[in-house]
Amino acid sequence: MNGNHQTLTLLLCSVFVAVTLAITAWVSRTRHGSAEEFYAGGRLFSPMENGFAIAGDYASAASFLGVPGLIVLVGYDGVLYVVGFLVGWLVVLFLLAELVRNCGRFTLADVVAARMAERPVRLAAGTSSVTVSVLYLVAQMVGAGALVALLLGRTGSAAQMWTVTGVGVLMVLYVSLGGMRATTWIQIVKAVVLLAGTLALTVLVLLRFHGDVNRLLLTAAAHSGHGDAFLAPGLRYGGDWTARLDFLSLGLALVLGTGGLPHILARFYTVPTARAARRSALWAIGLIGVFYLMTIVLGFGAAALVGPDAVRGSNAAGNTAVPLLALHLGGGAGSTAGAVLVAVVAAVALATIVAVVAGLTLSSSAAVAHDLYAALRRRDRRPRSEVAVARTAAVGIGAAAIALGLLARGLNVAVLVGLAFAVAASANLPVLLYSLFWRSFTTRGAVWAVYGGLVPALLLVVLSPVVSGNPDALFPGVDFHCFPLHNPGIVSVPLGFLAGWLGTVTFAEPPDEARHAETEVRSLTGAGAA
Amino acid sequence: MQSRNSRPQGHGGGPERAPARKGAHDEQARGTAETMTCRDPWHDAPARGRDRTDRSGAVASVPAARREGQTGRMPETTAQVYLDVQRSAAFQQVRSRYRRFVVPGAAAFLLWYVAYIVAATAAPGWMARPVAGAVNVAMLAGLGQFLSTFLFAWAYARHARLRRDRAALDLRWDTQDRTRHVAGGAS
Repeated sequence: MNGNHQTLTLLLCSVFVAVTLAITAWVSRTRHGSAEEFYAGGRLFSPMENGFAIAGDYASAASFLGVPGLIVLVGYDGVLYVVGFLVGWLVVLFLLAELVRNCGRFTLADVVAARMAERPVRLAAGTSSVTVSVLYLVAQMVGAGALVALLLGRTGSAAQMWTVTGVGVLMVLYVSLGGMRATTWIQIVKAVVLLAGTLALTVLVLLRFHGDVNRLLLTAAAHSGHGDAFLAPGLRYGGDWTARLDFLSLGLALVLGTGGLPHILARFYTVPTARAARRSALWAIGLIGVFYLMTIVLGFGAAALVGPDAVRGSNAAGNTAVPLLALHLGGGAGSTAGAVLVAVVAAVALATIVAVVAGLTLSSSAAVAHDLYAALRRRDRRPRSEVAVARTAAVGIGAAAIALGLLARGLNVAVLVGLAFAVAASANLPVLLYSLFWRSFTTRGAVWAVYGGLVPALLLVVLSPVVSGNPDALFPGVDFHCFPLHNPGIVSVPLGFLAGWLGTVTFAEPPDEARHAETEVRSLTGAGAA
Repeated sequence: MQSRNSRPQGHGGGPERAPARKGAHDEQARGTAETMTCRDPWHDAPARGRDRTDRSGAVASVPAARREGQTGRMPETTAQVYLDVQRSAAFQQVRSRYRRFVVPGAAAFLLWYVAYIVAATAAPGWMARPVAGAVNVAMLAGLGQFLSTFLFAWAYARHARLRRDRAALDLRWDTQDRTRHVAGGAS
């Protein structure tokens, strides 16, 4: 790491920041301040634009930095992780994208509130949306910190703090000034930058092995210190049955969690019709699938060329594998090409983090203003503009994310994202599926489904080894863990579904036939869609 | 409106006949045969309209009559429009086509995914069996997941485009038309 590449990195990052700020300024030039514009960007994006924006929203720092890092450290088990991220998109495409586009307006809670008593349902779904988004935000902030740790050396804790704060301030600026339209364009730019950067690195890795994937894998296995076991499942999750169960839990959370992510579902509101929502999901699946295939190549490439020891020496959680790989591909430390590539990777990673973080901030401020504020404000008070509330909420959420991001900076980004997915799968997915597909679902069932998934998921995380009881934990000094798994999904997702079912069948609250009919007709035909 | 006009001519069986006449009128108006194969969608609406006219007399029936005169067919509230559409054969067909594709499809890809991760955790030895060079069963299964995801997505989009989109769009305009008339008539 020399001064040369730091200057270049700073330059590229500044260019990206300048471009995104210019987009924000350009977009807010013609701002009307309507909710439609702030939350949904006017709903006039094309499927392709939205597909790129979804890819930009979804492919987070956890994917770009965390997944190759995991593959370097644990081999094939990192691949298992990626597959869940992609297959989860089928849940979104098959069961949610079109229906949510048709019956909701701005947030995930809209879909449920369409056929239930509005206040309790908004309160519940708004709370869980904010929780999921903030957890995911923390993961992105930790990613930003890890990046700086690599670029400026591990002693730069002040620099790390400034970066996290800087990212936080930027995201608040984008969201509160530019709303969904600026966020979308930033995500599109980021998706293009990310895909181009990943493609370039992948091509370089494959060129290094003359296109011979077989040799790439064999070299990776040889350098990993694990031999053939590196190419088969089991290094991380293959130990005792707790570890195996932990992986099943994570797998379940990944595949079901995608459908419960508020910032992803909100993206479908930015296109005009359900058909456009479907086509944007198809674009997204294509782009995300290709991107993940490339991250797998990068992971094995980093294992083969850099080796796990060097990666672990730089960052114990493996988050810096890709920058190290870029340095190696360019010719090693001190070479100009290496410096350029590292700078590119750093800028891409920053773009990734900034774009995802903007999407998350927007969706959580929408949940605060459109759901929580709408449900909680006193009726006798003069209502304030919802968009103004959302802008204020973005500032508060930014501050919270900065603080939590600094606190959690020792954790692996991918593990943190896994937690966010678990909470999304337990608290948001059951209530969405029940509302869209179950005729006799009631308000009480909806509220129970949300809290019945959210509370166990959070409680199990607090009691898990992620928070306490080992050196890698959030609070390494204390030990109050009594739940053995890192990921709560396997327990909390069924609990969410069970609670929703129990809440519905154990109380003699008649389901509202007419509103169910309205939800069903609207969701499948698009009649009356916003 | 036809049913109302025809009632005096009926032999006291007006209430029973009215829905059928309305249905016939509707069929002409929309030029589709599908809506008629179901149980009569207008059953509830005229029944309630009748109630009002009979009990509270002319005052209540005036706006109802005006509304019906404007549109030719009119259940009374938006809620009833949605209930009617939900019960119509056209909608039932869209819904069953959607569900018949989505439920088995979702079950299939979830099972295939669960089988993959269970095999990876419970039978890593089998997954590690080499196939060719460095490629083993686990690698093939992982690639298979990527491929099957693309295939499922493509199949879903194709099914939706060919089997669902047109009918859903017709229903959409139709439903919006009717809810707009309800709103217009009520104002």
